[in-house]
Amino acid sequence: MFNRIIAIARKEFRQVGRDRRSLGILIFIPAFMLLMFGYAVDFDVRDIGLAVYDADNSSHSRELIDAFIHSGYFNLKYHLDSAAEIDPLLDRELVRVAIVIPHDFSASILTGNDVPVQVLIDGANASAAATVMGYVHTIVQDYTLALMSDVFLFSGETVFAQPVDYHPRVWYNPELRSPVFLIPGLIAFILMVTSTVATSLSIVREIELGTMEQIAVSSVHPAQLIIGKIIPYICTSILSTILILIGGYVLFGVGVAGSFLMLSVLVLLFLFVALVWGVIISTTSKTQQVAFMKALTTTMLPTFILSGFVFPIHNMPVVIQAVTYLVPARYFLEALRAIMIKGTGLTAYWEQIAALLLFGTLLVIASTVHMKRRGYSTY
Amino acid sequence: MHLIRKEFYQFLRDRSMIAIVLLAPTIQLILLGYAAILDVRNIPLVVLDMDSGYHSRALVDRFVNSGYYSIVDYVQSVNEIDDYIDRGDASVALVIPKHFGNDLYAGYSPKLQVIIDGSETNIATTGMNYASMIVNRYSQNILLERIDRLAHGTVISRVIPEIRIWYNPSLESRNFMIPGIVGMLLMVITINLTSLSIVKEKEIGTFEQLAVTPIRSYHLLAGKTIPAMIIGMADVILVLSIAYLHFGIPIKGSILLLLCLSLIFLLTTLGLGLFVSTISRTQQQAMMTSVFFVMLPMIFLSGFVFPISNMPVIFQNISYLLPLRYFFEIVRGIFLKGIGIVDLWKQVCMLSIFGVAIFTLSAIRFRKNIG
Repeated sequence: MFNRIIAIARKEFRQVGRDRRSLGILIFIPAFMLLMFGYAVDFDVRDIGLAVYDADNSSHSRELIDAFIHSGYFNLKYHLDSAAEIDPLLDRELVRVAIVIPHDFSASILTGNDVPVQVLIDGANASAAATVMGYVHTIVQDYTLALMSDVFLFSGETVFAQPVDYHPRVWYNPELRSPVFLIPGLIAFILMVTSTVATSLSIVREIELGTMEQIAVSSVHPAQLIIGKIIPYICTSILSTILILIGGYVLFGVGVAGSFLMLSVLVLLFLFVALVWGVIISTTSKTQQVAFMKALTTTMLPTFILSGFVFPIHNMPVVIQAVTYLVPARYFLEALRAIMIKGTGLTAYWEQIAALLLFGTLLVIASTVHMKRRGYSTY
Repeated sequence: MHLIRKEFYQFLRDRSMIAIVLLAPTIQLILLGYAAILDVRNIPLVVLDMDSGYHSRALVDRFVNSGYYSIVDYVQSVNEIDDYIDRGDASVALVIPKHFGNDLYAGYSPKLQVIIDGSETNIATTGMNYASMIVNRYSQNILLERIDRLAHGTVISRVIPEIRIWYNPSLESRNFMIPGIVGMLLMVITINLTSLSIVKEKEIGTFEQLAVTPIRSYHLLAGKTIPAMIIGMADVILVLSIAYLHFGIPIKGSILLLLCLSLIFLLTTLGLGLFVSTISRTQQQAMMTSVFFVMLPMIFLSGFVFPISNMPVIFQNISYLLPLRYFFEIVRGIFLKGIGIVDLWKQVCMLSIFGVAIFTLSAIRFRKNIG
């Protein structure tokens, strides 16, 4: 029984090995992707293009503009002479934010009246705009606070103390670097896509090329065939995972805070689910093109969008949140972040491991039942 | 012409392919359209209120009423906060010390701690921003009261930002994301349609038959492309109508222009698929090449979610080579800003140049294949 599996695995190994390009893609491209996207993928909103129309041009208004520049988030690109110049700048995306300071800015401050400052933000990219809005609020509030402290000191108080001593503290990723957040996601994405896509073609190829009949008349059991077919892809996937982890550590300093043993268990479990899914696709498709399409639609975009890789799951509508429970990458990613970044113990992610186990078992049962029912007869 | 008909028949015979090509984008767009939300709202928050007096409750209320946080639980000890954040059940914890209210009233600055889970950076950044905003505003009010008590009648001015959001006033990230998903789905499907087409004939062995028949190579290429283009256009209309009818994304610009430009975009992706097909020996190879060298760079580098302006210069330059980048600008421009051909001619030129170039390359490679 094992001899047959090994024989098939060896044959499959040879076939993969002969196709240098596919082999190279399977092993090295994932690490290369990590390198590329690790540098390219960055959410942080900074260097925001800013245009200012300062109708007041007083020391007060210049202080406010300086506060924007010194915040480090804004890049003052244009000093305008009229409000009409703003429209074309925003239209052509030359700036993301425009500020209009009214001509009575300084006068109002001196007389103690509230002054409105108009801020125009390009909202096309909503999340970036929300962040920009946060920065604007903070800068203007700080400025107001400074004005208040002037008044406060002026009215006889000697020390000016902030009413609340406010300390935000960030755990796990104190500098809030995007790679720390995104690299586990990239690992999940790359593994899911490579392993499912690679196996999804393995069996249907034999059907399409007509070699399946030869296998069918030999005494190989379907399960042996499947296991033999998967083994080479398990090997390449493990190799590429190791390369990705090394790359993440060396290039981005994202190490593994938790246990390596648990990490290996988790990765193997996830690979298993992804590969079995690929097999199911392969056995239920008639042509390689259909298999390819199925593999792509069920892995690529769902893993990208529904796993919590970039889009927070708790923001989604409840129905969609329910759908995310069907995406294995979701569990993998939660557990992976817990192990790699937080370094927490099994208690924090046993549910995810259990869910992956359940997934794997169900998929194996489904594929054996399917294989048994159809046998080779329909091929 | 016969070739086109043959390809079309072949496609129609394959029921599962039709189902996938029409159903998959519909389901995906609906699912992903709801899921792809970057707005950070309802950040899960745990509160450790050691004071539980009037002031501390007022501060907690400010967090809740802001709409950015939803309270998961009130905890009694710092250890419980650890648990919540470790398990990822809460992203932010608010710690209000004992005697917060009294200290505040007495003019000591009580320490207010906000703990943020930094492992999800975008939630963390926004969560921190909002927290600072809320606490700052709270401080300001207390200061104003204090000034009023000290020197009654002193007027003090505040600078108030009057923020106006253009193009997408409700700041719906859906309006930004759905045009992106539309472009991505179209890219995935159309590349799939052509990338396996020629290599399939090679693998099955029917390619030689084609090679010996007296058909010009561009006839063959056209025969492979035109059916795929018709299917692609059907998908374009399908996904655009879902975006418009189901999600209610306003199309501010001209629909006709959008359709024309989509056609040009399809030519570039179909061309890319053909090119991949001509440089591959097996379908597996073609698939690997198209996934890793075409689709993934397009997803990550074309500005779908990750801003191009944040990328290192090399990647910014690479992004100029990606048709999807231009298509995003076109779709978002026409959908959200309602801009016309005058503002989009650059993108249109780039797409056309790309399309012509990739088809020429494919034709050259294709002739080599035959020869």
